[in-house]
Formats: sequence, structure tokens, C-alpha cells
Amino acid sequence: MPNQKHVLTLRGASCAGCVRKIEGALEGVPGVEEAKVNLAEKTLTVTGEVDEKRCIEAVENAGYGAEPARPDPREQRELQKAEDHRHYRQLLWRCIAALAVGLPLMAWGLITGEMSVHTSGQQLAWGAVGLVTLGVMVFCGGHFYTGAWKAFRHHNANMDTLIALGTGAAWLYSMLVVLWPELLPETARHVYFEASAMIIGLINLGQALEVRARGKTSAAVEKLLELQDTSARVLKNGEEQDVPLDAVQKGDRIRVRPGEKIPVDGTVDEGSSLVDESMLSGEPVPVKKASGDSVSAGTLNKNGTLVFVAEKVGAETRLSQIIDMVRSAQNSRVPIAHLADTISAIFVPSVMIIAVVAALVWYNVGPEPVAAHMLVVLISVLIIACPCALGLATPMSVMVGVGKGAEHGVLIRNGKALQQASNLDTLVVDKTGTLTEGAPKLTDIEADSDKEELLKLLAALETGSEHPLAEAILQAAKDKGLELPGVNEFEAITAHGVRGKVDGRTVLLGNRKLLEKENIELHDWPARAEELAEKGRTAMYAAVDGRIAGVIAVADPIREDAKEAVARLQKLGLRVQMLTGDNHATAKAVAKQLNIDDVHADLQPEDKEKLVAKLQQNGKRVGMAGDGINDAPALARADVGFAIGAGTDVAIETADVTLMRSSLHGVADAIELSKATLRNIKQNLFGAFVYNTLGIPIAAGVLYPFTGALLSPLIAGAAMAFSSVTVVSNANRLRFFKPSQIKEVQS
Amino acid sequence: MIGILVNVAGLLLIAVIVWWFWIAGRNVSGEHYQESLVIQVKDGVYEPDRVEVPAGQEITLQFQREDPSPCAEYVVFDDLDISAQLGVHTTTNVRLPELEKGEYPFTCQMKMYRGLLVAV
Repeated sequence: MPNQKHVLTLRGASCAGCVRKIEGALEGVPGVEEAKVNLAEKTLTVTGEVDEKRCIEAVENAGYGAEPARPDPREQRELQKAEDHRHYRQLLWRCIAALAVGLPLMAWGLITGEMSVHTSGQQLAWGAVGLVTLGVMVFCGGHFYTGAWKAFRHHNANMDTLIALGTGAAWLYSMLVVLWPELLPETARHVYFEASAMIIGLINLGQALEVRARGKTSAAVEKLLELQDTSARVLKNGEEQDVPLDAVQKGDRIRVRPGEKIPVDGTVDEGSSLVDESMLSGEPVPVKKASGDSVSAGTLNKNGTLVFVAEKVGAETRLSQIIDMVRSAQNSRVPIAHLADTISAIFVPSVMIIAVVAALVWYNVGPEPVAAHMLVVLISVLIIACPCALGLATPMSVMVGVGKGAEHGVLIRNGKALQQASNLDTLVVDKTGTLTEGAPKLTDIEADSDKEELLKLLAALETGSEHPLAEAILQAAKDKGLELPGVNEFEAITAHGVRGKVDGRTVLLGNRKLLEKENIELHDWPARAEELAEKGRTAMYAAVDGRIAGVIAVADPIREDAKEAVARLQKLGLRVQMLTGDNHATAKAVAKQLNIDDVHADLQPEDKEKLVAKLQQNGKRVGMAGDGINDAPALARADVGFAIGAGTDVAIETADVTLMRSSLHGVADAIELSKATLRNIKQNLFGAFVYNTLGIPIAAGVLYPFTGALLSPLIAGAAMAFSSVTVVSNANRLRFFKPSQIKEVQS
Repeated sequence: MIGILVNVAGLLLIAVIVWWFWIAGRNVSGEHYQESLVIQVKDGVYEPDRVEVPAGQEITLQFQREDPSPCAEYVVFDDLDISAQLGVHTTTNVRLPELEKGEYPFTCQMKMYRGLLVAV
């Protein structure tokens, strides 16, 4: 077991005595070289040839708790960036050194045409060049040869294998020419040292550019990581203490001043302030937070001081969950990549076989000098083939696309969801909370006598009711500042309405059936009620002391942006269908206002899933947008479930796509993004396939009968080096993706 | 005569490529997992690249990354929908759930680094 470093998070350690006890316990574990406790951060760092489990056991035996420390993702990302930068510079130096040898040699060949060995003087001179080239190969391309050898030992072959074989073959052939020129015909005594040096230089340059371009693909996750603060101001015994984020415990009271970020999730205990949650919810207007309200890590406290109690820390915070989800989705499999994955698995050995076959063909039927032609074809085929372009085609686009989604409040669960979202033809939308606000409001009150008096009576009656519509009536009375009398003999009549005594008067509120049952004359109120229903409102009849008093209507207001979002979805080629438990007339009226053609009303919750299944049986590719909790079965049944839940934990865990802001525009954003990402993947795959399927035959010499020349190994090397850069750069174009709604606003 | 020799050598080379990369590799037995196992990520390969783990038991693999190449940054278990970011010059624990008997490939993002987990 090699020497390792383990970092553990400690529980229960609080004093210098604990430190001594834990460090002492670890010293007794065989293999431990050093054990160091950091009391402030409550961590234990162990180095040595020892298993992590043994270390945890030792800490537990000493009476404390320990678990593997979760690596700080931001720190890890910073380290990777620093490493990328170091690696980039290293590759660039290798490139410069290799080209410093290769370019003059190439220029010499082009200017003088003297690249052959015919005299002993030339043997000596080219022998010296051969040794310098060997130095370049070891110093600038050593990693290709060790990588190829290691892969070979594991019965594996990769890009290093192709580079090592190509450049190695060029050098070995050239040294054969230098040392034993008499073994070859005069026309074949050509050296290819410049090819080895140039190919190594160009591929190092390509890799350096790729390192730079790949760094940009993680930009979205970096932005999310930057939202996370590194420390929190914890109140202990009335004093403030700055503690590292890892050391914050559930139940800690934390103070956040104006302009500071909320460090962990919790509930406000003291103070009030506006909090900018746009980074998590996409909601541009800051939200007022006061005692009892929840706050999320990563959001920005604007103008007041808040003291809140930590409830979710570390990996449990919503921000951490989002980061984990984005990262996991960025590396997930996309079905469209299956063919590329299959080809990648057999690609390199296949190219090696093609190279040998091509060389044999040139040996048997090619013109003189046969040996030189064989070598050029062999090198060019090995070098031009690029497994990296194939391998990078999908993951790079998914990485940028999923990250871009997170920037716009669209969390995509995995690559499969991303692909399916691009391919939907039907979107089923739950009305309440998605197309409408989800909070009914009183819209109309019409009465024969005083309207306020009637509202007072009805609101007083509804204080006893638990019906959702009652809340709308009570809220309206509260808004008008009405004082409500008490209610007696309250009775809820199932599926009809409510009845009770207010100020000694018998008050009834309900549907037409309720009043007819009570033999109350309706006069011309039914016509008025129908007019209201046609506007999408739910109308109810009110009667006082056995006489009809009027009609009131309640409606769940349509979201301001719903109509525009529906239009966007229709423009994207989706047929939008509305689902609701409301009656048909109300549903139809809402659908008409939103230009939705298909309405499914009077539905029970379980009917929604059946409807989605029925659409799928009819060959539709169905997306379902709902709030993520009540619609869970239908969301799960759909090809893609969009949870419009402002990022509730349940939605994040279950939905294919979670929309952080409560707007149907998020669904349109997600579909536009998935279409853009899939288009980008297809471009990359097409480019990589075309590059290899055209490049390999050209390198094998199929154009020789027409052009009379073979592809230079130098051009093959340059093409190969830049093919993967092209793929990564094309994926990076997705960083400029903007949903059409934003583009329209900007224009 | 030389012509025949060159052609035979070429065909033999093709046979060796097929045998070494596609046939011989299948019969290699992997390293056995016992409590934990360190997999080194270096020079474009996972070492060991074939690991036998007990089925029906949660396991933790320790990936020790020494390879600065960005390709090595992530290890992806496609069939399990699990991936992990590997820090450079450090060991990263990757916890895997209980596995059914079978083979589970693990790769880098580009599928150039390849390893195989065999649950037995």
C-alpha cells in the first residue's frame, strides 16, 4: 500500500486534551507516520501506509467520532485549475522545444531537399540529428511512450499508443537509414527525424490548447461554487466567532450582515432583511425575510442584519445538492453517444490494423520507393486517427450544456433527460401552480344589497371552513379591514357548500344544487354565474335567511408570463395540453386565454398519470410540467418530468428536470437548451466521424492516383492535434447560449 | 522471397494485435478487493485496471490520481450513473452501492482510461 494522506472530520473533540488523546490513539495504529488534529477545523490528518477504516476505528475506540472529510469542492476546483495551468505551461515548453528542433529540420528539407543518406559524412551528420531527435522524443514526448507502454501491458491501447508507434516508427526507420543505408535501395534512404520532432511538438501544442479550452467547460460549476462562502459568523455565549464552514453545526446561531452571503441553510430567528435569491431561484426581486422564514446558502443578504439558526450544513444544503446534481449530470451518459462509445472501445487497435494493411498494400502494388511509401502511409494513418475527438464529442457538450442550464435555473438530472427533452412533441401542464398562481383570489362579489355587508357575513361563515376557496374570501375581507362576527351551527355540506348562523342570520354559500335543495328562488342570478364561469372563475351563490343575496366568484389568477411561455413552447413545436381538477367550463376559459387547444378537466390526481400513459401509447413523446410533489406519479411516467418547484428537495431528487423559478418559461428554456446541446453533440460527433473516416483513407493514400503525392505525416500530426481542440471549442460555443425570452428582452 | 516474408510479417502483426488487445486481455484476472483498494491513475491507465469485488456489498474504491492530464479529472461508472472528481496528487474515495454479479466498466470522460469492476 503506498504512502497515503487521509483527512477525517472529527466529532466530539473540543479541547487540547482531546487532541492529545486522538493523536495518541493514532500513533498506536501500525503504519501511521503522522497524525495531526486541527481543533479549529475539527479535522484529523493522517499520513502513512494505513487504511482509512483503521484510523476511524482508532478514533472511535478513543471515545470520539470520525468520518472521511468531504473534500471542499471549491478548493478541489482551485487545485485543479492550478494544476491545469502548470500542465498547460509544461505542454507549451515541450511544444517549443520539439518545434525548435523540428522546424529547422523541416525548413532544411524544404529548401535544400537534402534529407537522404548517401555518404559517410551525411551518415555522421544525420546520426547526430537522430540523437538530438531522440532527446526531444524523451524530453518532450516521454509521457506518450510511458503511457503507451503501460496501456500495452494492460492489453489496452489509446492515443499515446498511436503517437508512440507513429513517431517511434519514423525514428527507427531513419536510424536504420543512417546506420545501414546499404540495406535499402537508394531512393528509399530518406530520413524522417523532422516528422518525429514536429509531430510531438504539434501534439503537445494541441493538448495545451485543449487544456485551456477544457478549463472553460467547468465555468458554470465554478460560478456555483463561488456562491458558497468559506466561513460563518457563529454566535457562541453572546460572542461572534468566525468559524470555517466545515465546522458549522446544526443548531448554531449565525449572524449575517448586509452585503454578506448566507453561509448555510436555516430559519431566521431575529431581524429582517431583503435577500437576493436570484442565483438559486432565478427570481430577480429580492425576497423579504423575517423571523420564521427560511434562508438558503449562497443567497445574498441585502440591507438588514439577520440572525438565523443553521438547519442544513455541509452536503445537505440546497446549494450543495444543486452542485452535486450538476456535476453528476455533467458526467452522465447520453444515449446518442452509444455508437461513439462502442467505436472508441475498439478504435485504436482497429487503426493499427488499418495502418498495417495500408502499408502492405503499398508494398505489394505501390510504386518505388516502396519502403519509404510504406513508412509514410503507416505513420500518417497512425497519427491522423484521433480517438480523442470521438471520445470528447459528447461529454464536452453535455458538460457545458448542463452547466449552462444551472446558470438559467434549469437543473437537468442526467444526459438521458437532456436528450429526451430535445425530442418531445407534447407537453402536459398541470394548471394549478403552473399556469396559475396556485392561490385563489376573490374576483367578483355581486349583491342585491350592501356588498361589504354580504362579504362580512360570508367571510365570517368561512372562518369555520377548511376549503381552499374559503381562504380567498377571508383574505378579501381582511384586505378591506372588515371585522368578522362569530359563527354558530357551522356545517360543511359535502360537494355542495357551507351553512351557519352569523349574527343570528342563517347564511348559505355554495353551488346551485345547494340552493335548489333548500328551495330558494334563484331569480336571474344563474345567468350571471354562467357569465363568470365563462371567464374562468368559480362562482358561488349566497343566501341569507332563506333568500338569495348574491353571487361571489373566486379565481386562481393566471400567471403573468404564462401566455407568453405557452406561445414559446408552441413555437418550439410542442402541443400543449392542460390538466386540471376544475370543472370543464372554468378550465376551458383559462385555456382560451392561454391559447391552449387541449384541455382535460375534472381530473382526480391519479387520472393525470393515466392520461400521460395514454398519450405515450398513442406514440407521443410526452413532457409533464407540475409542482413536483402532487404530480409525482405523472412526472415519473412522462418521458421527461419538469418539476416547477422552486427547487424543493423532493423535486431535486425525483424530477428529470427541476426548474428553480416558478415559471413555465423554465420549461421552454430547458427545451431550447436541450435542443441546442443535442445539436452541438451531433455537430461534434459528425465532425469526429467525418474527420476519421475521411482522414484515415487519405492518410492511407487513396488520393495518390489523382494527386501523385502522399499525405505528409506532419500535416497528419497537425490535423490530429487540432481535431480535439476543435471539438472542445465547438462545445464551448454553448456557453453563449441564451434562451429566446432573454434574447427578445435584450433586442 | 522478401515479398512473402514482408506480407507474412504484416499478417502476423495483425494477428498479434487482434490477440493481444481483444482476446488475451479478457482472461486476465483482476486484483481482489479486500476492505479497500487503491487504484492509481497514472500515465493514461488505471492500475489495477481490473478489480474483483464482492457482489451484494457496499464498497469504497480509493482513486489515487498522479496524472495531471485533464482527461484523468473524472472517473465515470456509466452503468451505475456514478462519477467522481479526482483531485491531483491525492486520494479520492468513491463509494459504490451493493452490486449485482456482473461487469461494470469505469472510464475517464473520454473513455480512453479504461478499467473493469467485476462483481463476483
